[in-house]
Amino acid sequence: MAETIKTKKLELTKEDFESDQMVKWCPGCGDHAILRSVENVFPQLGIPKEDFVVVSGIGCSSRFPYYMNTYGIHGIHGRAAALATGIKLTNPKLSVWMITGDGDSMAIGGNHFIHMARRNADINVLLFNNKIYGLTKGQYSPTTPKGSKTKSSPQGTFEPPFNPGELVIGARGKFFARVVDTNPKMMTEVFLEAAKHRGTSIVEILANCVIFNNKIHGLITARETKEDSQIFLHADKPMIFGKEQNKGLVLTSSGLEVVTIGENGVTLDDILVHDPYKADPGVHIMLCEMKPPEFPAALGVIRSVKAETLESLVWNSIEHEKRTSPLKSVDDLLRTGNTWIIGENGNSKN
Amino acid sequence: MALKKDRVVELENAVIRFAGDSGDGMQLTGNLFSDSTAFAGNDFATFPDYPAEIRAPQGTVAGVSGFQIHFGHSDIHTSGDLADVLVAMNPASLKANMGWITKEAIIIVDTDAFIEKNFNKAGYKNDPRKDGSLVGHQVVEAPITTLTREAVKELHIDNKSAQKSKNMFALGMVFYMFNRDCKKTHEFFERKFKANPIVVKANQTVLTAGYHFAHTIEAFANTFKIEPAPLDKGLYRNVTGNLATAWGLLAAAERSGLKLFLGSYPITPASEILQELSRHKQFSAIAFQAEDEIAGIVSTLGASFAGALPVTSTSGPGLSLKSEAIGLAVMTELPIVIVDVQRGGPSTGLPTKSEQSDLMQALFGRNGEAPVIVMAAISSSDCFYSAYEAAKLSLEHMTPVILLTDGSLANGSEVFRVPHVADLPSITPPLVEANDPNFKPYLRDPKKLSRSWAIPGTEGLRHRIGGLEKENISGNVSQDPLNHQKMSKIREEKVNRIANYISELDVIGEEEGELLVVSWGGTYGVMLTAVEELRKEGINISMAHFKYIKPLPKNTREVFARFKKILVCEINLGQFVNYLRMNFPEYNYHQYNKLQGLPFMVTELKEKFTDFLKK
Repeated sequence: MAETIKTKKLELTKEDFESDQMVKWCPGCGDHAILRSVENVFPQLGIPKEDFVVVSGIGCSSRFPYYMNTYGIHGIHGRAAALATGIKLTNPKLSVWMITGDGDSMAIGGNHFIHMARRNADINVLLFNNKIYGLTKGQYSPTTPKGSKTKSSPQGTFEPPFNPGELVIGARGKFFARVVDTNPKMMTEVFLEAAKHRGTSIVEILANCVIFNNKIHGLITARETKEDSQIFLHADKPMIFGKEQNKGLVLTSSGLEVVTIGENGVTLDDILVHDPYKADPGVHIMLCEMKPPEFPAALGVIRSVKAETLESLVWNSIEHEKRTSPLKSVDDLLRTGNTWIIGENGNSKN
Repeated sequence: MALKKDRVVELENAVIRFAGDSGDGMQLTGNLFSDSTAFAGNDFATFPDYPAEIRAPQGTVAGVSGFQIHFGHSDIHTSGDLADVLVAMNPASLKANMGWITKEAIIIVDTDAFIEKNFNKAGYKNDPRKDGSLVGHQVVEAPITTLTREAVKELHIDNKSAQKSKNMFALGMVFYMFNRDCKKTHEFFERKFKANPIVVKANQTVLTAGYHFAHTIEAFANTFKIEPAPLDKGLYRNVTGNLATAWGLLAAAERSGLKLFLGSYPITPASEILQELSRHKQFSAIAFQAEDEIAGIVSTLGASFAGALPVTSTSGPGLSLKSEAIGLAVMTELPIVIVDVQRGGPSTGLPTKSEQSDLMQALFGRNGEAPVIVMAAISSSDCFYSAYEAAKLSLEHMTPVILLTDGSLANGSEVFRVPHVADLPSITPPLVEANDPNFKPYLRDPKKLSRSWAIPGTEGLRHRIGGLEKENISGNVSQDPLNHQKMSKIREEKVNRIANYISELDVIGEEEGELLVVSWGGTYGVMLTAVEELRKEGINISMAHFKYIKPLPKNTREVFARFKKILVCEINLGQFVNYLRMNFPEYNYHQYNKLQGLPFMVTELKEKFTDFLKK
């Protein structure tokens, strides 16, 4: 069997993971809350602190490894997925966390991102989606809503954006979740789920860029409306939401619909029950696509399907070959196939 | 084909070129002849010459696939200039190779393929056998296709399958011509087609039929014999440069006690390295076929951080894509071996042809001051030792190494004396022990200036690295101006100090004199042959061949000082010569460059050197 992450009871605290480096994100940036949530989650996993590796690409979010007291590598733009894959394949017992943003993973690293989702190595991905390029000071990203005026789109963007969940599932990803940076409890709960999932688990964090794209997720996160504009999904639970918890989702022939329990004869039994474990991606994609005002935004674990991980397949194959191959050393290899011996007298023998 | 004595004519060496349609199995034919040459005890080198397309239109010159073997009684360093024997399975093969055979070459043709239709496809107006173009050649005409069909008649196989073994008929004829034994090849068929006894029988029958046919019709005026070469005693095999590269890396992994990680993306002519390493999971070698060239190298850097022997393999266009990641490797001071099997460029260029034109890219093709070790393998079998050494230097000095090979070395093969891994130099990477109280990410070895390697999972060594400039010793992110200058100089000096750990430059021939010819990488064999031949003729000429490009060997300047003229020869427009001009501007360098997707020929070099001496 391939080596996998072993967990044990460890007395670790948040302080074990705090680095001595000054955190240089802007005051009010959503990233601070995400960092705190991750620092809360790591001690709960039962993984020795030296077995964590935090990997990133380039962008505001990608400074993350410097702010965690773990092994860390800050890579180049878009390539964190490749770094993480190399680390995980080399040493499957490491808990690998990839920190990335919408520019890093949806644009320059889009190719690596979809292939990571497809391959399913056990990597935990936190995708900070603030729908803008922050570190380069305010250009539109592949998740920026069409028509948005930014530094590089003074007339408004002409491009329809990616929906990360749809992209993950379309790339045959097995785990997708979404959280908001305004809800630390939700982040902690979902990050724990992501960590437990064996395979690539991608969590989209709706993050706020206070400087260049302030309140971009306001429709979803605003304190006064959030109960109606968010639905926090839980496995095997009916999809209900709203201030009164009386709204729900039903599946009709035309797709998902919002209904009110108690109106038009709708009862709790009519409400769709969330099944993140289902391999069929149909409802999961529909959930990813929901957005206010027509729908609440789907939060929580949307999809969580079991599948073999890349590293376990590779390492099981290595173990098998080690047991069965007649080649026990490189010397053996060099001597297989057609070889011949030249003797003392220079004559050739077979 | 230098004649030694008359009658059962004994030769010093010979060059044979097998040519046919790309579906005719010429590579297999050539390989089988190589195996038989090995058993005959000759030294040899081979080179395949095939089109970029898998199956270019049948019967056309573009679709011709060739395989050349040069074998002899003495040391063989090249796959040969011009062929003494050409096997042409169709008119296109003849047309494509007329420029690559000697004036007296023996040409074996399949007359069944020499028909009107094929003349047109090959671009001949008339039958080339009758238009006078073959005057001077001994043309051996054999209806190979018909005779092959006849030979397997009793096996009741269909015509199409039967014709597939016509290459073996031609091989049988050449076996007779060089007094070879068919037995080993028969055994090969038994192994190769174990599951299909009919195919075994068909190939054996056709090979023997070709052999007997040549004998019966007295096809050749003489037969030939080449005595075994006086090779050192030991175990030998035939190896291509790509295989040797893969094996050298596996040996380095075993010797260093590390897992091998190859992150790579398929690219001609480097793919065989990926393919070969993917076959050796029993040695814990992970061959990861990435989604692109960038992921190939970046996954490898991840593996490097995680403590593997990290390797990525590619060719020129791929090296371009890897540039930024090589910079990350320089900055993080992690080990990584980047194998660049050079091909004709720029852009897609000449994918199946060889060039030495990635040198400047390897040296300087990155943003910022980004020094790496650059070295170049000098022969197909040397790829084994060069790959091994590249891994050793990279691991022990914590720095990226670009190993340049090329299409000629990669696909060409030569005789390889098989070493024992235990006899290779030891490899000891600077790994840090758990809880080392003195550990700092950028604390350096005072001699090598390398930092140490702390592997994730090791207790007490948690640290962060990355592409941002770091403060020396502590490894904290630093934008301090003086620190940046200091770190840049350290990274440069670290690579320059490798000169203390590599061999000095050797001079072949007199240690001083009129003319020093200079070359690097894959041109070693042909340069050496040309120089040796001229020296035998009494001409005073010396040669210095470079395997280490950055840093250059310590004694380079001192060697150059001893010669009146320096002539630098390379398969590009003058990249190494300009690098030398930059490093040692006090000398006057002459240059000889060729850029045709073809290797140098011994004759052209000899001519060039002689002319140059007359000036």
